[in-house]
Amino acid sequence: MFKYYLGLALLSLKRNIVLTTLMIAAIGVGIGASMTVFTVLRAMSSDPIPEKSSELFVPQIDNWTPEDLNESPSLAGGLLDQLSYRDAMALMRAHRGVRQTAMYGVSFTVMPTIPGARPFTATGRAVYADFFPMFDVPFRSGSAWTAAADAGRANVVVVSAKLADKLFAGGRAVGRTIDLDRREYRIVGVLKPWDPQPRFYDVSDGSFSEPEDIFLPFSTAIDRQMAFYGDNNCDAEPAPGWMGHLNSECVWTQFWVELPTAATARSYRRYLYNYAAEQRSTGRFHWAPKVGLQNVRQWLVSERVVPDEMRVSTLVAFGFLLVCLVNSIGLMLAKFSSRAGELGVRRALGASKTDIFTQCLVETAVIGALGGIVGLGLTVVGLGVERTILSEDAARLAHLNSGMAFMTFGLAVFATVCSGLYPTWRASRVQPAWQLKAQ
Amino acid sequence: MLKMTRLSKIYRTEVVETYALRDFSIHVREGEFVAVTGPSGSGKTTFLTIAGLLEEFSAGRYDLDGVDVRGLDDNRRSRLRNEKIGFIFQAFNLIPDLNVADNIEIPLRYRGLARAERRRRIDEALERVGLSARARHYPAELSGGQQQRVAIARALAGSPRLLLADEPTGNLDTQMARGVMQLLEELHSDGATIVMVTHDPELAIRAQREVHIVDGQVVDLVAQPRLVVPAQLQV
Repeated sequence: MFKYYLGLALLSLKRNIVLTTLMIAAIGVGIGASMTVFTVLRAMSSDPIPEKSSELFVPQIDNWTPEDLNESPSLAGGLLDQLSYRDAMALMRAHRGVRQTAMYGVSFTVMPTIPGARPFTATGRAVYADFFPMFDVPFRSGSAWTAAADAGRANVVVVSAKLADKLFAGGRAVGRTIDLDRREYRIVGVLKPWDPQPRFYDVSDGSFSEPEDIFLPFSTAIDRQMAFYGDNNCDAEPAPGWMGHLNSECVWTQFWVELPTAATARSYRRYLYNYAAEQRSTGRFHWAPKVGLQNVRQWLVSERVVPDEMRVSTLVAFGFLLVCLVNSIGLMLAKFSSRAGELGVRRALGASKTDIFTQCLVETAVIGALGGIVGLGLTVVGLGVERTILSEDAARLAHLNSGMAFMTFGLAVFATVCSGLYPTWRASRVQPAWQLKAQ
Repeated sequence: MLKMTRLSKIYRTEVVETYALRDFSIHVREGEFVAVTGPSGSGKTTFLTIAGLLEEFSAGRYDLDGVDVRGLDDNRRSRLRNEKIGFIFQAFNLIPDLNVADNIEIPLRYRGLARAERRRRIDEALERVGLSARARHYPAELSGGQQQRVAIARALAGSPRLLLADEPTGNLDTQMARGVMQLLEELHSDGATIVMVTHDPELAIRAQREVHIVDGQVVDLVAQPRLVVPAQLQV
């Protein structure tokens, strides 16, 4: 019977093309508007590492006076969102997590190996070897460096697949050297394409930026006095020179620790508190210990990775979809009312209320499907417009993948069928006797 | 075949109760051709819609082909209607978007018959009403008489036990009406049980008997001269 109902639905839609077009347009516009905004919101608010997001934590230590803290431009949960080098090193030395890494962003001038090619700038990140297994970073070839390389400040790097292919034209990269700022580093690993969104491990310089192309040991970067490429906040002017920078209370280091159980997380929080209390007892801090420990999801919320305006826009867009659906309910009521005579005849010829309900519901679903196709097209157009409006890194998220396309279509059908339930129910309650008497 | 006993139909509003049928009793036997007559508003069509299971009744009893229909749910009533009853309407009630064959197919679809069986029944019904060549035509392409023949074919296709006709010639000119009436008589002579609502005395007289309704009650049962003898009743 479904095929029969489908045929009847198409016939019915053709019968009143203006009404049909209005309904499809109402649903398509509503779906297009809401899914355009929702696609970006969903990409922004997605869990970048779902299988481990509850086990990865950012520790926070209040190393500024309460007055300075209140004036800081970058807080997360009322605490500074980065650590000072001193505190980061103290946490690394304590080694209380299963894995942990301090990190900061750097930048290089890369000398190409292909003759005639021009030098170019590439972003990098100084990390500990734990970074790779901790964040499940996938390797195409080679592997991360060892803990010994961390300790020995080795001249080793892991590079992105994109950079390896650019430098070596798709040839083998592991074991070869790369010239960064006139120093040679040995490539020990090449990553597979890896693009966690949001780029949760460092949101201080664009939450949706692409991951870096070059990773090198943190100790090597410090030893080379590599300047940070990212956010730096100071409560006071640091002492001059590199050591002055390292020993200052400026916060510019990100830190992540892997704590697989709730018990280890509790234990780590206690450790942080004790650490801050110890700093107070030594005279470095003059205020009550204040520390934080947030997992990935809490961290993204604290850092307001998804702007409030985006949430409001999404609510408004879905409100608009609701208005469109209410309009389509009215149009469907009009459509089914105009066919009460036909439905009465069908009832007289043996159709049950269920038959009529199913027939009208299939027709509603067809309208939803056509609205979904229109909505899909409008979503693609809408995302194109959004890419011109959003910041460069957020614009990367304004794309419709197959999952979202399926969701767009599914939402159109689902929303239309839901909104069509009342008109459909009304249609199935047609009193055939009255209809036939009226004729 | 059709037996109503002390049946009443009351339409209620907040302020008034109106009896459309009151203590209405009728018994139509298998193979009979009965004309139901009466003035406008007498309850003829209400009788027909209750007989066709399109409307509930308020009190009394109604047995259709031996089945007490009171209390049946909608699915059961719909199935009974589909299997036992064929409707012929004054306004033909063909669906304009469907061609002749598709219109006739409607009750067969709801019965869940296989495609080949539907095809066979459509062809037979069209042949019976002399419209085999018009299967692919749309209602708007047919004359009024032809449309009513299609409606009759649709009623016949399901091989119903009872044909209910509501002013079947009411929208036709004299010549077309004569043709349709002749077709009904032929169906009756082939054994069909027919109940025809009409206000036309000339048509009523062609039925086996006439039931006259006034104010929702049967006031007179008039035996008609037998014009047509159903085949199975002929000895």
